[in-house]
Amino acid sequence: MADDNYKGYRGRALSVLKNFDALVWSDVEITTTKGNYKGIILPRSETADQFHIVIKMPIGYNIGVAADLVTDIKIRGRKEAHYKIPEKEFPYEPNKPKVKLLGTGGTIASRLDYRTGAVIPAFSPGELYGSVPELADYCNLETEKLYGVFSENMGPEQWKGTAEAIGREIEKGVDGIVIGHGTDTMHHTAAVLSFMVQNSPVPIVMVGSQRSSDRPSSDAALNLMHSVKTAAESDIAEVMVCMFGPTSDYYGLLHRGTRVRKMHSSYRSTFRTIGDIPIAKVSRDAITPLRQDYKRRRNDRNVKINTAFEEKVSIVYYYPNMKPDIIESLIDNDYKGIVIAGTGLGHVNKPLYHALKRAHEKGISIYMTVQTLWGYVQMYVYDTGRDMMELGVIPGENMLPEVAYMKLCWALGQTTDQQKVKEIMLKSIAGEITEREPSNGYLIYQGGLPEVEEFISKYVK
Amino acid sequence: MKDFLFKPFEEMTDKDYETVGFKSGLEIHQQLFTSKKLFCRCPAGKYSERYDAEILRHMRPTLSELGEYDGTALMEFKTKKDILYRINRESVCTYEMDDTPPFLINDDALDIALQCGILFDCSIVDELHIARKQYLDGSIPTGFQRTAIFALDGKIPYKNRQIDIVQMSIEEDSCREVSDAGHLRVYRTDRLGMPLIETVTGPNMRTPFEVAEVAEICANLVRSTGNVRRGIGAAREDVNVSVEGGTRIEIKGVPKIGRIPHLTYNEAMRQWNLLRLREELHKRGVTKETFDSKVGDITRIVKKAHYQPIRTATEQGMVVKCVVLRKYAGLLRWQTQTDTYLSKEISDRVRVIACLTNIPNIIHSDSKGDTLTSADWQNIKRAVGANDDDTMVLVWGSETDTETAAKEIIIRAREATVGVPSETRQALRDGTNGFERILPGADRMYPDTDLPPTRITEERLKRLRVNLPEQFWKREKWYRELKIPEDTILPLSISKFAELFKSFVNDWKIDPTLAAVVLIQFPKRLKKKDVNIKILDVEIMREILRSYKDGLLSRDGILMAMEKSIEKGKFYPELLPKPLTAKELEKIISETNNEISKEKLFNNEKRKEVLLGSVMNKVRMSVEGKILAEKIH
Repeated sequence: MADDNYKGYRGRALSVLKNFDALVWSDVEITTTKGNYKGIILPRSETADQFHIVIKMPIGYNIGVAADLVTDIKIRGRKEAHYKIPEKEFPYEPNKPKVKLLGTGGTIASRLDYRTGAVIPAFSPGELYGSVPELADYCNLETEKLYGVFSENMGPEQWKGTAEAIGREIEKGVDGIVIGHGTDTMHHTAAVLSFMVQNSPVPIVMVGSQRSSDRPSSDAALNLMHSVKTAAESDIAEVMVCMFGPTSDYYGLLHRGTRVRKMHSSYRSTFRTIGDIPIAKVSRDAITPLRQDYKRRRNDRNVKINTAFEEKVSIVYYYPNMKPDIIESLIDNDYKGIVIAGTGLGHVNKPLYHALKRAHEKGISIYMTVQTLWGYVQMYVYDTGRDMMELGVIPGENMLPEVAYMKLCWALGQTTDQQKVKEIMLKSIAGEITEREPSNGYLIYQGGLPEVEEFISKYVK
Repeated sequence: MKDFLFKPFEEMTDKDYETVGFKSGLEIHQQLFTSKKLFCRCPAGKYSERYDAEILRHMRPTLSELGEYDGTALMEFKTKKDILYRINRESVCTYEMDDTPPFLINDDALDIALQCGILFDCSIVDELHIARKQYLDGSIPTGFQRTAIFALDGKIPYKNRQIDIVQMSIEEDSCREVSDAGHLRVYRTDRLGMPLIETVTGPNMRTPFEVAEVAEICANLVRSTGNVRRGIGAAREDVNVSVEGGTRIEIKGVPKIGRIPHLTYNEAMRQWNLLRLREELHKRGVTKETFDSKVGDITRIVKKAHYQPIRTATEQGMVVKCVVLRKYAGLLRWQTQTDTYLSKEISDRVRVIACLTNIPNIIHSDSKGDTLTSADWQNIKRAVGANDDDTMVLVWGSETDTETAAKEIIIRAREATVGVPSETRQALRDGTNGFERILPGADRMYPDTDLPPTRITEERLKRLRVNLPEQFWKREKWYRELKIPEDTILPLSISKFAELFKSFVNDWKIDPTLAAVVLIQFPKRLKKKDVNIKILDVEIMREILRSYKDGLLSRDGILMAMEKSIEKGKFYPELLPKPLTAKELEKIISETNNEISKEKLFNNEKRKEVLLGSVMNKVRMSVEGKILAEKIH
């Protein structure tokens, strides 16, 4: 492709390169009115300006040369870079458990993308062994790339496909499944898989990384080791998210797929179990359960895959001063379900009442969750709540808003009967609603307090 | 190979350095004076050993942009270290801990860097690209340093030639090591992320003393901006040295320029002696291809040995391995540097790569000394099948560490058949250097995908040029013509007052010597009185000298005016005494005279001098001593 020869260049820079027939990856000597530069012409990020040519100098640094100052480009050769982790065949040992790694994308396996200058997902089984050989200590690993998308681009098609792939692998007899996934929406996927994959006999472990694997301090390798160990050895047959416990390279936590949430935009220890405690701790040496009420590993293959999914469902994050037209537009656009993230115990303002009533009358299922994330919806305490229930808004217990959303999509995919939907919604099937909230289910330490500081200084964070 | 043996440091001549083909260049690191760090908003220059929390990390090698692994990175990975960072919340945020992406580059820092680039006569790059330079030793928690080249191809005059400035980069500073023992390395993070520039010279220096002199010139040039940090650790040099037939070796982290001559001398000697060693090995028929070695576990044999380190190790259940280096007999005692031998090169590698950090970590049959008995050595020799012309190297520790160590001993010994291995070496106090790591190459560079490229506009450079100090050697030349005191020339030429001096002399026609003394020596005098001379800024000095020029302040009153300004934190016209009328002065003289006349003086002839001194004390700021003397006489 002609464009690939001048990858990312446009405008002034492109015409200068074309003028001297200097393709990207050419080893050149550029003469400018300011001085001479030797190096390899690199592709340019498409979002960068049109005035500069990027070269990699022999010492490895890159600089941008102003295209307008270029008077000559001498081409001395061409060397295209092949960014490839050395591939090694994963060793096979007959007595080790068999784990399948399904790739959907994300920074767990990624490389540089010159088009945008950012990292893009890359996934190959041999590469994984090439970069994290420790994985062979735990299992015989097979990999399959299902998708290669950033997590924000995951959608119903990918969720269904992943659930079906899980079903196939379980029937084929794997001992555990790991799913590589971008972290941004990992908890959405974890939730929907918790509903679509019922009665799994083996662990299903979702994993990603907060620092891409092209960085020496990446959490990718350790997360992979933890997740593969969990899939291979643990007796927890649930959909889980496996990510860093503390920010240190120390241990991971296994979070139940329906109670987990990404809580920090960049920390390694971003995933937290909300309103409950994680299922277990995992290190390279041991899996330590923190509770006993999890579903156990079985030898049968009786998994049920139900990929029903209604796409016309929305989350409405309520804010004071919200106007009814927000709800009206959902009604007018044929939405079938609405999850509201309400204030406090589950409230919205009066001006919305009429619209909510209309939605209910039109057969739209409306469920209330709380934007406080922690705690239950309780709509009897205040009149507002009682009024809203009159209008047909159903309290969603302590389901997290994203989880309630995924569940409502799944329920509406199965039936349009509002009563049946309600039965599905309010019966906990994967821990999404808990009967009680333990007192240690809500622990957010307040920094600055002497006792908290004392605690933190004692432990590797 | 030339027939030359290194002499003691003091006896080496320029000719001798020419004989061995001594070549050296510098990489000078200089912290910039900014209030905040380079890629986050933490305060810069806030140092403390107190810490609130600790974070644990491990480093793994990653591929370069061109798809290659870097040699150093793989070496560091072999060491498998736990790296612990101590965090003080006041000086470190989540950015330095690699839990938050970088903020845009600190523009103040970039401005200072660009100014330095212009001073070095460099060509400034049109667009700044931030790179990640891998450091797997843990000195930066991300595993890489964010760095960018901003200037290329500069020069500075030196003697009758010029020194090339190859490139300049702006980068974030690293952590400070607290300890490194076994498989645990601990770092303090307060310095991490502070802005600094690295200036790389060409390999243009020909003797150890030239290296130091050029380092001094470069340091003075950036100091003349007034915007770089001073004090311990604010400037650090890496020195590259090679001799003919040798290898470019980088000596890292030289904290003082005064240490450079000995360090470079020893490195040149080391390379020369390693080349002589290669010659000796080849004479013995040992080449890279014919090199032969063997490893044996001798734990059982030395279990009852009386040599304490080995005894302790075996008692703790550790193993002892013996590496046989065929035909190396005597060579571990081959001198490399002053009082330093090949055995040290091997011991260093074992310490760094196999993490056997308790010294001694090896013993060998070339220097039996107080280690094992001859009987022990005989037993080992028999057990491992060594011959008389072989050398045996013993190493002890855990199974995995000794395995790594044995491999590394063989690697280093074999490298001796090739010449001088590419390494970075650390500067030691005694003027010698020790192994630090394998020399990293271009493969450790990776573009920083977190930050966009930054265009450096002509407008920005224009603005910076306006406030640029003149290159100090040009000022020095002018000062010499003005004949100001010799000891003020260099300090003034790099002082923040240099431009002020110029306007005093050129515009206000103040005596150059007076101006130089006031600007350079007076602050020193005040410093001895333990007052904070940092308060004396350009503004205060300008106002004081303006008063002097306008006749509101006497020459003798300048120092006092400076001291008073420091007290007040600013110069106020009210600090100046009211001008004395001739009548008032007469009155003071006669009053003082009366006071003195009551005193008994030992030497009556000095009465006039005493009077002059006493009156001067009263009117110092408003009357010139000279004028007063005339009046009293």
